[in-house]
Amino acid sequence: MRRGTVHALVGENGAGKSTLMKILYGMQRPDEGTIALDGESVELHSPADAISRGVGMVHQHFMLADNFTVLENVVLGAEKLHGISGRARARIKEISDAYGLGVRPDVLVEDLGVADRQRVEILKVLYRGARTLILDEPTAVLVPQEVDALFDNLRELKAEGLTVLFISHKLGEVLSVADDITVIRRGTTVASVVPSETSPRQLAELMVGSELPSPETRESTVTDTEMLVVDALRLTATDVDGVERAVLDDIGLTIRKGEVLGIAGVEGNGQAELVEAIMGMRDPDAGTITLDGADISHAPTRTRREDGIGYIPEDRHRHGLLLEAPLWENRILGHVTEEPNSRSGLLNPAAARRDTERIVTEYDVRTPGIEVTAASLSGGNQQKLIVGREMSHHPKLLIAAHPTRGVDVGAQAQIWDQIRAARREGLAVLLISADLDELIGLSDTLRVMYRGRLVADADPATITPEELGSAMTGAASGHLEHPAEAGSEAATGAGAATGGEDR
Amino acid sequence: MKKLDKERVLLAVAAPVLALAAAFVVTALVLLATGKEPFNAFGIMFDYGMKSDSQVYILNKATTYYLAGLAVAVGFRMNLFNIGVDGQYRLAAFFAAVVGGALKLPGLVQIPLIILVGMLVGAMWASIAGLLKVYRGVSEVISTIMLNSLAGILISYLLVDGRLADLDKQTNIVATDPLPSSSHFFTIPAGAGLDPIWGFIVVAALAGAGFWFLLGRTRFGFDLRAVGRSESAAQASGVNVRRMVLTSMVLSGAMAGLVGMPTLLNDTHQFTSDFPTGIGFTGIAIALLGRNNPVGIALAAVLWGFLERGANRLEFEGYDKEIVGVMQGVIVLCVVIAYELVRRYGLKRQQQRVGAELAAQASASKGTDKTEVPA
Repeated sequence: MRRGTVHALVGENGAGKSTLMKILYGMQRPDEGTIALDGESVELHSPADAISRGVGMVHQHFMLADNFTVLENVVLGAEKLHGISGRARARIKEISDAYGLGVRPDVLVEDLGVADRQRVEILKVLYRGARTLILDEPTAVLVPQEVDALFDNLRELKAEGLTVLFISHKLGEVLSVADDITVIRRGTTVASVVPSETSPRQLAELMVGSELPSPETRESTVTDTEMLVVDALRLTATDVDGVERAVLDDIGLTIRKGEVLGIAGVEGNGQAELVEAIMGMRDPDAGTITLDGADISHAPTRTRREDGIGYIPEDRHRHGLLLEAPLWENRILGHVTEEPNSRSGLLNPAAARRDTERIVTEYDVRTPGIEVTAASLSGGNQQKLIVGREMSHHPKLLIAAHPTRGVDVGAQAQIWDQIRAARREGLAVLLISADLDELIGLSDTLRVMYRGRLVADADPATITPEELGSAMTGAASGHLEHPAEAGSEAATGAGAATGGEDR
Repeated sequence: MKKLDKERVLLAVAAPVLALAAAFVVTALVLLATGKEPFNAFGIMFDYGMKSDSQVYILNKATTYYLAGLAVAVGFRMNLFNIGVDGQYRLAAFFAAVVGGALKLPGLVQIPLIILVGMLVGAMWASIAGLLKVYRGVSEVISTIMLNSLAGILISYLLVDGRLADLDKQTNIVATDPLPSSSHFFTIPAGAGLDPIWGFIVVAALAGAGFWFLLGRTRFGFDLRAVGRSESAAQASGVNVRRMVLTSMVLSGAMAGLVGMPTLLNDTHQFTSDFPTGIGFTGIAIALLGRNNPVGIALAAVLWGFLERGANRLEFEGYDKEIVGVMQGVIVLCVVIAYELVRRYGLKRQQQRVGAELAAQASASKGTDKTEVPA
């Protein structure tokens, strides 16, 4: 990596990106080889070591205390540097202004949005004197406008002579921000390229040795049969201050057989709650949920699953897997009452094992066997197992929440293909994703969720990610039209919707 | 894969063996510190423990301990810490003794009835903690500890001459009415000059088999273990977690209701004020040592009986019998530490192996690129 550049690291899941990060940040020791910083060979034994040598890391999952102010979060653990009040505040201001971060030191972190929190994380690292920043998939949680803002920050950083190591799955982003790109596959460097001489397609080929998959669905398979009807759904929750708020308000949607309904939205606007209400993990306060003509508004989760709802959860570790259980037990999870897993109350481990073998083969789950624990698989393979499990029970409705999050390009293509294939056979899909290309490419209908309401709808054939992004931040509502076709409400948004490119 | 499994078995055995070895070392150090010769003490315990009459004693003790271990393990399997087995079994044994002492039915009817009363009382007492947890979010650890005290108080209140017990004027002991001799459980003769083995060992073995079957082979057992491994994943999979908490608490309590039965039906035949106490806590240690596995718990229960038998002998030889208490405590501590270490090591090792095997597969299929995208 050259000083004063943004260097991108791309690779499939399980290619070794995280391991490399951990080594660079002193969390793991290499068996062989050396790391040189400024020409000097170094050995990093701990993150503290790395920080003292000017290497800082911004994790994918933020490490901030919500009930602390920005100032408190920044000085936490670094009290010795500039104290904890006046001097620290001045220093934070100074850093924030120098790099255009726009961080306000005295706001509570819980009042900040995702993008602001990320800037606090970056500031935290800079405050500790980092000259080399490692950013682990920083754009995964951001909408396009926020991504642009982040990239402006990164350019600011490198202009000041800092070095940024940037990890991402999104090849387009990598190409737009990086000065150099390193591609790794199965633990080794396969290529070092410069953005001007490559394209997303070529990069993807380097990553997986195959074509860049496209999420676009071509012919429409939407039928007239209504599979899921949600009407006037309302769900309230009590927040930390004891105030009751509506997290879902007047939600109404219909998914027909063979239709993929995509929901766009910045995370935390009620998508997770909507999924949980449809799955029966939360009981709605008002409204009805109808599956294939039967009212399931208050039915238990198990009944809904038996009635044909498949579920690919957003957080597979929390909701989709028993990490310390073997694969075949994970194959039973969620379908314990169904064939081949059990019969009249008794488990059938032999049949479950056989069927797990089948899923492993058919869905290309890369594992040495079905007795290993789910935790020992890479994220993409865990996801393939979940998809295989849910599809094996021929669901009528599939709830796919971020189905390809943290999944490499190869597995992504496979999962998209499986969703498309099932859709052709009449599956109704509720798709929730932060990947706008995925949403636009797979969906037949698009809705935008903002603060617990479905505020806008759009036609995936004409909409651009930028226009969707405006609606996701609440700047636009109603039916989103392409600016070229009609006077767009979306264009009044954050200014980014102008000049939506043709897709 | 074969190799992986062999390794897993090895790891499973490694933890208790490591723990026991460490415990012996620590105990030896404690003995040395008190100025006694440690190996002689171990020798005495071993020789004495291997005698025939000791073996009968150990089996009978182990029967009770085994049931206590199972009762605790039901909770452990789903991350519920039922510390209340102690109160549950004492209350259960008390009411079972009262009912048994009051009736004079044929043994074939009355013995199952007594056992059923015990299980019901244990289940009801445990369900209080279950209900509190489900509806009020009270930690089962706190509520079961308090219910232990309450059970003790309730028994002291009722175990009074004229209430549910009578005072024996000659021995000055307060006890419930003795069970009719038709309600004594069968025994297995162990040989001339030896006490018989309690027949309840058969019930304990059946309980162990039932435990294995329920948890390992039924849907219900799968749901229960799923909750223990990940409550959130279990809920998403369709398990009603609240009901599962309540059910497993009731099951644990019913099992606890059996703990006092070997003593009551095979030994004392009545509930006296010196009915054995503290077995519920022993059960926690035994469940931990036996890894919540029915076979492991049996081995742990026998070990515990063996240590206690040895303790009696050590006293005669001029040792402090408390040294066995120290040994048991150290074993439990070592076991908890060793299991966690071995678990983490095993998980890490497996991840490495999976990585290595996949890398080997990948390099084997190089050229014919493995990452084709199915159409």
